[in-house]
Formats: sequence, C-alpha cells, structure tokens
Amino acid sequence: MNIVVCIKQVPGTTQVKINPETGTLIRDGVEAVVNPFDEYAIEEAIRIREKVGGVVKVVTMGPPQAESALRSAIAMGADEGYLITDRAFAGSDTWATSYTLSSGIKTLGQVDLIICGKQAIDGDTAQVGPGIAEMLNLPYVAWVRKVQEITATSIKVERLMEEGYDVVEMPLPGLMTVVKEINTPRMASLKGKMKAKSATINTINASALSVDAGKLGLKGSPTQVLRSFVPERKSGGEKISGEVPAMVDKIYNTIYDLGVVK
Amino acid sequence: MGIKVSLEKCIGCSLCVRSCAVSAIQIIDKKAVIDMSKCTLCAACVEACKKYQAITIEKESSSGVDISQYKNIAVFVEQREGVINGVSYEMIGEGRKLADQLGEKLYAIFPGHNMQKQAEELVKYGVDKVFYVNGESLEHFQDDTYCQIVSDFINKEKPSIVLAGATAVGRSFIPKVAARVYGGLVADCTKLDIDTEKKLLLGTRPAFGGNLMATIICPHHRPQMATVRHKVMKAAVKNDSRTGEVVIHNIDKVLPFERTKIIDIIKDIESTINITEADIVVSGGRGMGSAEKFAMLRELAEVLGGAVGASRAAVDNGWIPYSHQVGQTGKTVCPKLYIACGISGSVQHMAGMQSSDFIIAINKDPNADIFQIANLGIVGDLNEIVPALTKAFRERSGK
Repeated sequence: MNIVVCIKQVPGTTQVKINPETGTLIRDGVEAVVNPFDEYAIEEAIRIREKVGGVVKVVTMGPPQAESALRSAIAMGADEGYLITDRAFAGSDTWATSYTLSSGIKTLGQVDLIICGKQAIDGDTAQVGPGIAEMLNLPYVAWVRKVQEITATSIKVERLMEEGYDVVEMPLPGLMTVVKEINTPRMASLKGKMKAKSATINTINASALSVDAGKLGLKGSPTQVLRSFVPERKSGGEKISGEVPAMVDKIYNTIYDLGVVK
Repeated sequence: MGIKVSLEKCIGCSLCVRSCAVSAIQIIDKKAVIDMSKCTLCAACVEACKKYQAITIEKESSSGVDISQYKNIAVFVEQREGVINGVSYEMIGEGRKLADQLGEKLYAIFPGHNMQKQAEELVKYGVDKVFYVNGESLEHFQDDTYCQIVSDFINKEKPSIVLAGATAVGRSFIPKVAARVYGGLVADCTKLDIDTEKKLLLGTRPAFGGNLMATIICPHHRPQMATVRHKVMKAAVKNDSRTGEVVIHNIDKVLPFERTKIIDIIKDIESTINITEADIVVSGGRGMGSAEKFAMLRELAEVLGGAVGASRAAVDNGWIPYSHQVGQTGKTVCPKLYIACGISGSVQHMAGMQSSDFIIAINKDPNADIFQIANLGIVGDLNEIVPALTKAFRERSGK
C-alpha cells in the first residue's frame, strides 16, 4: 500500500511568546517542530504499513528548512521524504496550499491512502486536508479517531463527532484526517535517527508540477490577512478564600446575578 | 507582487528581524534586508513594523473572477437526527444582520430528510429564501453529498457570502466546497464585520492556539466564506409575522457521487447536552483526583442545566471520555458561564475556554494560572465547595 502523509513544520506553540512592547509574536529562538497533529498521522501510516505492507511517503510544502521536519518523520519510521518548495509558493493560503500539495502528490505515482493531521497548531484552520481531497477528487473522512479495518480497496474508520462517533467506510484511494485520540506517536529510535540523517530528501519545484501558475502562492490565494493582533487577555477578577459557606454564597449569588440559570 | 522595505521609513530597529520565523531578515547598513530565498511572505514583519510602516506586501489585484455577479448572503443550515442545531440559528441571526448592512437578501441552504416544516419555519427567523434539499440520503451527514449540494447552490445562486457553523460537520465539508468553487474560506471565526463600502466580509479568528488574532479578507474571489464558532453570535429570534420564500428540491435515493458509507452512529457522551452548545460548562481537571469525583460535577451541571467538560489531564487519566475534553486538542467552548474545578490552567486548556463570557475557577492552589483569567477565583477545596453549591441550587429550584 502506498501511503502519503502530509506534514507541516510549525513553531513549537507553547514557546510562542508575545513581545509586550510591540504586541507581536516573538519567533526567534523558537524551535521548529513537526506539527503535533501530523505526528499522529505519521504514526498511523507506519502502523498501517506494519500491518499490510507498503511504503510511507512524507510530503511537506515549505521553505528549504522544512526539510528537517521530513527527516524527523523518517526518524520515526517513514520511508521517503518529499519537499515541495519554490519561491512561487510563498504567501499561499489554505486554497493555494491545497492546490500545490495535491499537484505535488500527483507526481508520486500510485497513492492508496493519504493521511493528514486534523489541523496545524499555528494556523488552526483544518482546511488543507479536505482541500487536497477535493482537488484530487478522492473520498474523504475527517476527524478519524480509530481505523477499525483496512484492506487494499477500503478502510473502515471511526469519525469523531461532537456527541460520539460515526463508523464510516471509505473506498481507497482516499484521504483521512486524524485526531490525537487515534494513537500515541512513537519516539524516534537511534537507528531511525541515523537513517534520517543520511536519507535523501526529494525536492519538487514548481517547474516539476503541472499547475496553473496563477493559482500558486500569494497570487493564487483567495484570502489575505488584513491585520493581526494580540487578543486582550482577560485579567483575573476577584479572588477569594476563607470559610466554605461564605464562598459558596458568593458563587451562588454571582451565578444567580448572571441570569444564566433557568 | 512581493515584499518591499522602504529605505526612507526603515530605521534599522530590528523588530522585524526578531519577528521573522524563518530568519530571512538581516540588518545591513542600518536597513532591513530580506532574503527572498527564505521569506514565506507570512507578513509577521509587516505587523512588527506597524509603527514605522517600512515593510509592505503588494499583491496583484485580479483573479479573473467577476465579483459583481455575486450578491446576497447564504447560511448553511445543519441538522442532526431531524433537529436543526443551535449554531445554525446563530448563523441566521448574524447573516440577517450582515444582509441588512449590505441591503441584500439572506438565503439558507438546508439539506435534510422529511424536514419541510422546519425549513418553512426558517423564514420566521429572518431568512428571505430557503433552499431546502430533501432526500433520504441527506438524513446523515456525508462529505460528498453535502459538498455537492452546497457547491451546486453556490454555482447557481452566486451568493457573495456563505456562513456555516464551525461544527464537526461544517469544518469537515465546507473546506471542500471552498476548494471546489475557488472561494476564500476563513476558519473558525469569532467575529464577523462588513466593510460596507467595498462589500467585503472581515472574518476575525484566533490562531496559534488563541495567542494571536487575525482578520482575514477575500477581496478578489467569491464567495467569501466563513465557518463560525458556537455561541459567539446571537441566535435569531422567531417572529411569526415574517414572510419569505421556500424552494424545495427533492433528490434521488442514492446519489451517484456518494462514496463513503455510514455504517453506524455511536453516542459516546455522558449527558444529552453537547458541551459546545451548552450555556454553562462545569469542567474538572487533575485536581478532581478520580473518575468517581466527577459525579459531583455531573450533579452540579445537572442542577444548573449545563454540561460537563474536562481538562486533558482528566481525560488522559481515563476519568471521562475524550468527547468532553476542552482545550487545544479537544473542543473549544465559549459558554456564558464556565466553572473550572481543580484545573490549574495550562495554556492549551485556556485556549479552549478563555473566550467564555464568565469564568469561575475553584482551585486549592492560590497560584494556579487559571486565576489569571477567572472573573471569580475561589481558593478552596472543591470537595467541600462543589457539593455545597449543588445543594444551594437544589434548594432554590426545589429539586
């Protein structure tokens, strides 16, 4: 089975700090990591390969330094890494990213299953996975929390919904996005790290894709960021301690005054 | 097209250097120089240089789309098991407001099965024209069918703006629709505005787990699309005197473009109240100590008419199913009241609940981070406070 995993290199979000003077994100010194949700996708791909055999190809679109994310995936156990990189892709929104990634995947030959993390932790959009499915005209299931069965021609999965889950059967080739409940990603082994170090990363430029140049990068992106700003932090209100009955009275009266209890 | 540094405006302060995620900027001879082989045009430096406005990104202003053909606002109406969900009424309320600002009509696109009556009712909530698509295979959500119906609707009716709730369903298939119709989609908005002069939708949304807000526009493509979070828009109010049009379209039993198949639908939630739709959420964290202690929270939630949430720590300990998890890797909630019990307040948890209208935190650690965002912080033992609070509300309601 040929499995493709789409990943993104992101800043480790917990380390993101705000500059109090300028109100902007301080990004220097922030380590670039594989988007945590994509680690679940890589892990699931490896597990499927271990079960039914095949090849796991990891694909990312990004600047040249995104190569290190591909190496991290290979260290976990992925077989091949593909870096889709070109100046022409700069400024892509989710539409143009989906377009570029789907065009890149088309150059990889037979693909049976594409796995994406549910969203990236920097943009939080969750739009590129479904965008790729649409542009490759593949069946698709989002929010997969478990693979129940997989054969050469179909996959049966559990799709996480607000109040539980749906069991969905999808013919292959197809695309799924996975949530964190699906597995616990493995740590890279020493052997894996050695392999990743010497692995050849395949680079795909815009010229290697059959694309409409007008649909790439900033120019091909329907959306634009008008402005970005740091949200006003809620500042803590009253903090009390003391005797339980007095505190309970305080909470009771506060809730009552909010008018939220029918 | 590209990024430019104005040599007149740049003072070489290096704020942009620090803002660059890909280390593409250097200060050479007291001026910022951008390495174009590294720059991703992310615009972080433009933001960092707000004060001097020395860095600008220009974009060619044409997509080949005749945007003047697109008019009116459309709302996707979502149902599950024959019931229209709350966020759909919030979209109608917000859509009505935006339509009035633009002097345009409000449409609803609504796939369902045997719900003609509910479709007709939507008019009373402020919809001018309801497009109800009826079919047995539309009873349950499927990406292929819903995507086809909404895309066909957009291609035919050409709405300028399309809104949908940021639910598991909306966030699954609306991106497919946007990909198909080449629309601009803004995910998970918490605020919408209109630039009435340019007739542009301004969608504001959190990114970086809520650490940064971005306002996004779609100037040259149509439709302008947005998925919108629960509970941030006011739900439409029913008014029996309102009139409008209802178009019903019946479709065949099995649709040729339906590729996935629903085998089963499993409920895996303890109460019938969906935490993303609840007005009150009572959440427990590591400080609860055990699965059994969650019974206290269920009782309090029940008497308040709320739902039970949890932090990741509580879910990872197996005290409560994942569907109750609030936070970056769980659900985002913005209820009118959030009661955090024994939750220390990790950045990830707060990303999922900090936009709640009012937050009460109960924690025995006076230095817990959760107190930094709580409107009312209670330093004390939840084992004593929670049952006493439940008792107080029970006595009031006579239960």
